[in-house]
Amino acid sequence: MKIVVLMKEVPDTYGERKLNLETGLAERSDSEAVLDEIGERALELALSLAGSLDSPEITVVSMTPESATTTLRKALAMGADKLVHIADEKLVGADLGLTAEVLAAAIRRTGFDLVIAGNLSTDGQGGVIPAMLAELLGVPHASSLTSVEVSAERVHGTRETDGGIMEVAAALPAVISITERFPAGRFPNFKGIMAAKKKPVEKLTAADLEVDPEALDVPRSIMLAVSERPARSAGMKIVDEGDAGEKLAEFLIQNRLA
Amino acid sequence: MTTFPEDSILVLLETTPSGTPARSAAGLLGAAAEVGTPVALIVAGPDGAADTAAAAGDLGAAYVLTAQPESVSSLLAVPTVDALAAAAGLVRPDAILISNSVDGRDAAGRFAARTRFALAVDAVGVGRDPEGIVAHHSVYGGAYSVDCAPTFGAPVITLREGAVDSRAEARTPQIESLDVPSSGIAAASIESFEARTVTSTRPELRGAVKVVAGGRGLTSQEQFALVDQLADVLGAAVGASRAAVDAGWVPNNYQIGQTGISVSPQLYVAIGVSGAIQHRAGMQTAKTIVAINKDPDAPIFEIADFGVVGDLFQVVPQLINSLSARKE
Ligand SMILES: Cc1cc2nc3c(=O)[nH]c(=O)nc-3n(C[C@H](O)[C@H](O)[C@H](O)COP(=O)(O)OP(=O)(O)OC[C@H]3O[C@@H](n4cnc5c(N)ncnc54)[C@H](O)[C@@H]3O)c2cc1C
Ligand SMILES: Nc1ncnc2c1ncn2[C@@H]1O[C@H](COP(=O)(O)O)[C@@H](O)[C@H]1O
Repeated sequence: MKIVVLMKEVPDTYGERKLNLETGLAERSDSEAVLDEIGERALELALSLAGSLDSPEITVVSMTPESATTTLRKALAMGADKLVHIADEKLVGADLGLTAEVLAAAIRRTGFDLVIAGNLSTDGQGGVIPAMLAELLGVPHASSLTSVEVSAERVHGTRETDGGIMEVAAALPAVISITERFPAGRFPNFKGIMAAKKKPVEKLTAADLEVDPEALDVPRSIMLAVSERPARSAGMKIVDEGDAGEKLAEFLIQNRLA
Repeated sequence: MTTFPEDSILVLLETTPSGTPARSAAGLLGAAAEVGTPVALIVAGPDGAADTAAAAGDLGAAYVLTAQPESVSSLLAVPTVDALAAAAGLVRPDAILISNSVDGRDAAGRFAARTRFALAVDAVGVGRDPEGIVAHHSVYGGAYSVDCAPTFGAPVITLREGAVDSRAEARTPQIESLDVPSSGIAAASIESFEARTVTSTRPELRGAVKVVAGGRGLTSQEQFALVDQLADVLGAAVGASRAAVDAGWVPNNYQIGQTGISVSPQLYVAIGVSGAIQHRAGMQTAKTIVAINKDPDAPIFEIADFGVVGDLFQVVPQLINSLSARKE
């Protein structure tokens, strides 16, 4: 079974993340880049499924700048078999439509029975790429899963939305997206790190995938304006001396908040 | 055959299992009315579409298209997207607005990929300039405001629930039923569905005016009840940090933050929450922030208007007593 895991490199959310006020793009230099946590969970799921599947092959596909190679190697060290890295200057700042087009082409080229993605990446707003991919690939999409079972022909899972909880199923090939209720990714061990050095890494450009990032006949979403809001500052801080609850009640009442 | 106004905004309305417009409907129609003529699309099973259409009119829809694809309750997203495609072809809207919910994003993603319309997600508002519809976003936890628009064509925009306050005037909508040819695209099937039962009379977290959130400092599910009690005295919604959700004290949809819900209430009370940057990303645009934490260096204090360094098991019960006493 061919499993494709979609992973992204993102600015570390533990650091302060900045946008360039002219380009509206993330300032990569300002915060350390890491593998998106949800992508690691997706890979962890793939690794845990692999044991019960027939000749499993896990390929990590990522569209992210050239500089991400070292970060992405962690996925190979965790246990993925292969890495497909799409890095292209022309794809910097790609909108959702272009990103989906490129990823779909890369997934098709790699071949797949099951695509596992995160439900939501942590760099800005998202949560639509997996659905876009399913449409472009013409396959079912089971989204926001909190549990997953896979057999040779089918994927089954629990899907959680605001409205309720459903059991869903799809015939393979399919795209699934998982939530952060799945276990965190494992830490690569020494053996994994050594093995990773011999694993295949394929570098691709948009041209290799026959996608034209500059095509003018497709509408693209563009940034018109970016502005920074003033940071919030701390107000009053009291240490409880036995009456902080009372004082807080007073504060709330005075400010018409209670 | 109806001709739709030049400035039509197509709104995909979500419905509840009982067939009424979902909570997100008022904000979507409110936003649509600010920039054009709201045309609502209701994709639902065979019962109750007429009532839903009238209810959509109460929320400001000038036109309502009702679609009843057979498979809507057995297949994920695809029947809705087929209906959206048919509606967009008929209405030729200036923009398509969809709720930024899990279902909404699934529909928006597939629809945009199918039609190649430009997609903007998690907008907190919309505007119109001479070129067309613009989406306003609040990113990195409200640290930045970003405006986006398509190079050409109508944008598909998902709107953060609770972010738009403006409401459209009630109308008597013109109602039309929409024929939806099936695309036949493979979809996941829904084997069973259990609607979330609303067990409390507390306000909904999204769009709440007041929020009380609890974190790992509560130490157990039983103790988390303190958060509920304070919320009830204040008339607030209840939220939680990821640590509290991971511990299983509260359901997943209580999570506030980067990968949970973003809230912007008048009052936010954080109890036993450290204020990790990912948590702050979902609440730091609150008007007034109150924090109770025993660690004087907890990062939540950096953004709190009123911080109490103390044991929450002392401070919160006293606060509840004090507020209840004053209420009587
Ligand atoms: C990619 C990513 C996404 C994430 N998304 C989210 C998200 O959406 N939402 C989210 O919340 N987190 C998120 N996190 C997790 C986040 O980093 C923190 O781990 C989490 O917010 C911590 O929750 P907490 O504040 O409840 O727990 P802790 O950080 O453990 O804090 C508990 C606090 O309680 C205080 N405390 C303990 N006992 C008492 C007492 N008796 N009285 C008073 N105070 C007490 C302690 O001093 C401490 O400050 C994310 C992390 C990553 C990597
Ligand atoms: N550039 C990318 N490269 C690889 N995977 C991606 C990329 N963008 C999104 N994804 C996948 O889609 C999921 C949801 O992303 P998003 O729609 O950006 O929130 C992520 O968790 C990844 O699995």
